[in-house]
Amino acid sequence: MSALAVPTTTTEHTDRGPLDKHELAAVIARDIPAGAYVNLGIGQPTLVADHLPQGSGVVLHTENGMLNMGPAATGDDIDPDLTNAGKVPVTELPGAAYFHHADSFAMMRGGHLDVCVLGAYQVAASGDLANWHTGAPDAIPAVGGAMDLAIGAKDVLVMMTLFAKDGSSKLVPACTYPLTGVGCVSRVYTDFGVFAVGSSAEGDPGVVSVLETYGASVDELSARMDVELRPL
Amino acid sequence: MTTIHSDPLEAVAGIADGATVLVGGFGMAGMPVTLIDALIASGASDLTVVSNNAGNGDTGLAALLAAGRVRKVVCSFPRQADSYVFDGLYRSGDLELEVVPQGNLAERMRAAGAGIGAFFCPTGVGTPLAEGKETREIDGRTYVLEYPIKGDVALIGAEAGDAMGNLVYRKTARNFGPVMATAATTTIAEVRRVVAVGDLDPEAVVTPGIFVDRILDLSAAPADVADAESPTSQEVSA
Repeated sequence: MSALAVPTTTTEHTDRGPLDKHELAAVIARDIPAGAYVNLGIGQPTLVADHLPQGSGVVLHTENGMLNMGPAATGDDIDPDLTNAGKVPVTELPGAAYFHHADSFAMMRGGHLDVCVLGAYQVAASGDLANWHTGAPDAIPAVGGAMDLAIGAKDVLVMMTLFAKDGSSKLVPACTYPLTGVGCVSRVYTDFGVFAVGSSAEGDPGVVSVLETYGASVDELSARMDVELRPL
Repeated sequence: MTTIHSDPLEAVAGIADGATVLVGGFGMAGMPVTLIDALIASGASDLTVVSNNAGNGDTGLAALLAAGRVRKVVCSFPRQADSYVFDGLYRSGDLELEVVPQGNLAERMRAAGAGIGAFFCPTGVGTPLAEGKETREIDGRTYVLEYPIKGDVALIGAEAGDAMGNLVYRKTARNFGPVMATAATTTIAEVRRVVAVGDLDPEAVVTPGIFVDRILDLSAAPADVADAESPTSQEVSA
């Protein structure tokens, strides 16, 4: 069951521009429940760690076998035996624990991990996630732990830009890229707004709930997207 | 019965052409580079390699691929910033690839080591990686039938070991090591140091010696083995 707080009304932040990636990371960090066990995906999701409030009690999981992971390592703290899932050297916090890969993924599949934050190519209104493969003939497929996280974490949060470089929306009626997981995403955090999808959306299947917007109104976003958006 | 070796070539002796080799490590953390260099020098070829990644840079698994000894790679994440050796071989059609979700890779080896015939797993349902696989609905959720991955040989890295075969690891270099150790007919571990029997805290042993057949003591191995053997490996692959 989702442990994410749900606002009662949609807030439209039209007095400002869209969020940059650091502001977006801060919005995600704001919504992560205190004390949650959280896995942050490779790339931009790792920025979320920088915005978790002091004393949040959030414990970071990295799928290569560690709980209570600390910040990136620098200087003399760099240790080749201690990296995150992106192979970036990291540190351990007091109370950290190490474990092997089968246990690490049991934490996901077994329903022990509260939240994961993943990037995405596309998310469907149904909560389907596409984030591992473009399907291009010359692309080398690489899935890593994405499929296990997608179906394992209690809440799957996606962090992405709302629009692709060609201007098309990445929040879509149905994914055209190969799927990572079916109906697994709870919430989509983007530069232009925060959306509830799948079983966490209010009302009819296929309709996306808009929790808040940045730099555009719900109506303005609706005009650029093929999915049906509904304010709270 | 575990044997302790200081000669890397002796430690990998007997790995046959066509063998399935489980190779530990996540990126370079935990990768048994000295054992892989010895495997290259041993001349074994037509190998199927099971590992999380498909090599980084020019050393370790990447060197084994570059030497042309691998027919197929089973892994979760081949594509990385420094996986150019794999990328080239894959694109030229010289290497077969099976992509497996990372947790399935671990659990399928765990199943092999634990004598489990197959298991139903929710990962990948509705995705291309589950296409053609048997599914079953259990308590309202759909699962995919996954089969074990068993190795002829496992090559893993650990921090310390003893003559009983007990192993301890260091930080996130543990990763696949304890799982792979259970899943192969012959498990070979390279350790940074061998300690006297009784020196490892029994409460802290991660891999019990029953899973370990051979230990290569890196502290006793000649430091230049890899360099000394590389001309041999080039001759064999040429």
